[in-house]
Amino acid sequence: MKKSVKTNNILPGFNLSLGYTLLYLSLIVLIPLSAAFIKTTELSLHDFWAVVSAPRVVASYKLTFGASLIGALINAVFGLTTAWVLVRYTFPGKKIIDALVDLPFALPTAVAGIALTAVYASNGWIGSFLESYGIKVAFTPLGIIVALTFIGLPFVVRTVQPVLQDLEAETEEAAASLGANRWQTFVKIILPAIWPALLTGFALAFARAIGEYGSVIFIAGNVPMVSEITPLIIITKLEQYEYASATAIAVVMLVISFLLLFAINCLQWWVSRRATISR
Amino acid sequence: MKKILLTIASLAVTTGLAAPITALAKEVTLLNVSYDPTRELYVDYNAAFSKYWQAKTGDTVKVNQSHGGSGKQARAVIDGLQADVATLALAYDIDQLSEKANLIPKNWQTRLPNNSTPYTSTIVFLVRKGNPKHLNTWDDLVKPGIGIVPANPKTSGGARWTYLAAYGQALKAPGGSDAKAKEYITKFYKNAAVLDSGARGATTTFVERGIGDVLVGWENEAYLALKEDAGKFEVVVPPVSILAEPPVTIVDKFAKKHGTEKVAEAYLNYLYSDEGQEIIAKNFYRPRNAAVLKKHESQYAKVDLFTIDDVFGGWTKAQKTHFSDGGIFDQIYLK
Repeated sequence: MKKSVKTNNILPGFNLSLGYTLLYLSLIVLIPLSAAFIKTTELSLHDFWAVVSAPRVVASYKLTFGASLIGALINAVFGLTTAWVLVRYTFPGKKIIDALVDLPFALPTAVAGIALTAVYASNGWIGSFLESYGIKVAFTPLGIIVALTFIGLPFVVRTVQPVLQDLEAETEEAAASLGANRWQTFVKIILPAIWPALLTGFALAFARAIGEYGSVIFIAGNVPMVSEITPLIIITKLEQYEYASATAIAVVMLVISFLLLFAINCLQWWVSRRATISR
Repeated sequence: MKKILLTIASLAVTTGLAAPITALAKEVTLLNVSYDPTRELYVDYNAAFSKYWQAKTGDTVKVNQSHGGSGKQARAVIDGLQADVATLALAYDIDQLSEKANLIPKNWQTRLPNNSTPYTSTIVFLVRKGNPKHLNTWDDLVKPGIGIVPANPKTSGGARWTYLAAYGQALKAPGGSDAKAKEYITKFYKNAAVLDSGARGATTTFVERGIGDVLVGWENEAYLALKEDAGKFEVVVPPVSILAEPPVTIVDKFAKKHGTEKVAEAYLNYLYSDEGQEIIAKNFYRPRNAAVLKKHESQYAKVDLFTIDDVFGGWTKAQKTHFSDGGIFDQIYLK
């Protein structure tokens, strides 16, 4: 096995670079995360289960993962549209719009949360408008979705954009000249090519949303069983000096997130392999 | 290499030279780790203390302030934030400095007068101008359709005082019992649409976002909101409330390490001085000094105050019964 790995690599420096990668990952990711797992072992299995399956905590999982999923789905649709517009059309102000897309990356999430709350609260610009239709955004789960959509926006755009750029307009023209209508061109030509990138962007936006804390606490309302996200429960536990139960919930989040991301990665791998085979 | 050695040598020389100069008039830095609404109080107080200390010793003191939810602040100190003094919202959080990290002796609360609380406060209502929903007593708050803005007692010290005020008054009311108080507190939090993580956040929600009909929280915070936004709000003081005692302490271990014990001690003692008490009153806290309290009498409404020790048997017990996991606060939301 070892030999086959070596022979597969013509470039020198495999051992060095792999060693560096492992060291880097260990210092930055694995060691801090394993500390969380070790801290959890202070709890007995029974206590662990009691903590992570408490009704309030379970409600928060549903909210966190549900709102993140919806936010990521919204971003997948509108992020794709945005990327499409940015790649395929030229119009005045395009550079500015392109730069705007990255803003949620740079903005401190607390600022985002406060700004969104101010705008979507019932006395805010958008909030007062929606309120007249009976829709409340700030301080409800809907507000959480808005915040998570905001912070996840750049991921889909930035992953899909380069792929769309590489996709030549000629292929679409060819499809059209062979009698495909617009819908067929989109589904049969464009979508298969950008599908892996779209999935990656979706997964990144989803993962980012699951871990988000800063912007959500401002807009959520934070009422237990209704609008309390899991990261807030973790902070709450820490503030009650319950380090072990806080890490127990963190571990559950980690495991669920890892499984979901792993599944999405597998899906992406499968999709891209199928795409290359069918070509 | 030679260059580096030279730099180190010259650095050593300059610091060596600088040392005798600083010995003449020291510049001392203190870190005061406090809770959310004390920002304005300590800005005023730090300026006054620096003046006092410079006049007395010639040294200049710079006091850095750190504010946040009381529990979070205590945890930061436990985890290594090197505070010289801690001025938190409730004794339970300071107890943890002793219990979890052994930073202060167990008897910390006996070291300064009045249980180490140089100022007190209470829990009052801040309502919109003209009190359109006629909220005057605790019973008015739990009527259907009233929007209450308290903070989250799990994360905010002030919110814990709010909870205890609400629960305690129901317990003390004629015919009150634990069952009745539980029923009251359930209705109380069912009327709360937002639970901010800190007292200041709750004020923002009520004042800036226009959420709810009544902010239930710190008296000083209510008057501060009134001062900043005069004409939009009114303070309503309920007939009964809790005596909130936010204590102060030196963080012995860190002060010793920084060599700031003396200054830190003077910093806390000065809070009890006439000038300190005057600043406290100016920032709408209730001073301990009877003369200063009398002078500002008009700004504090008459209210029947009960203490946590009398009604709840102290912080440790209250924490366990009401706020720990599965406690009464959690039960409210599980029905």
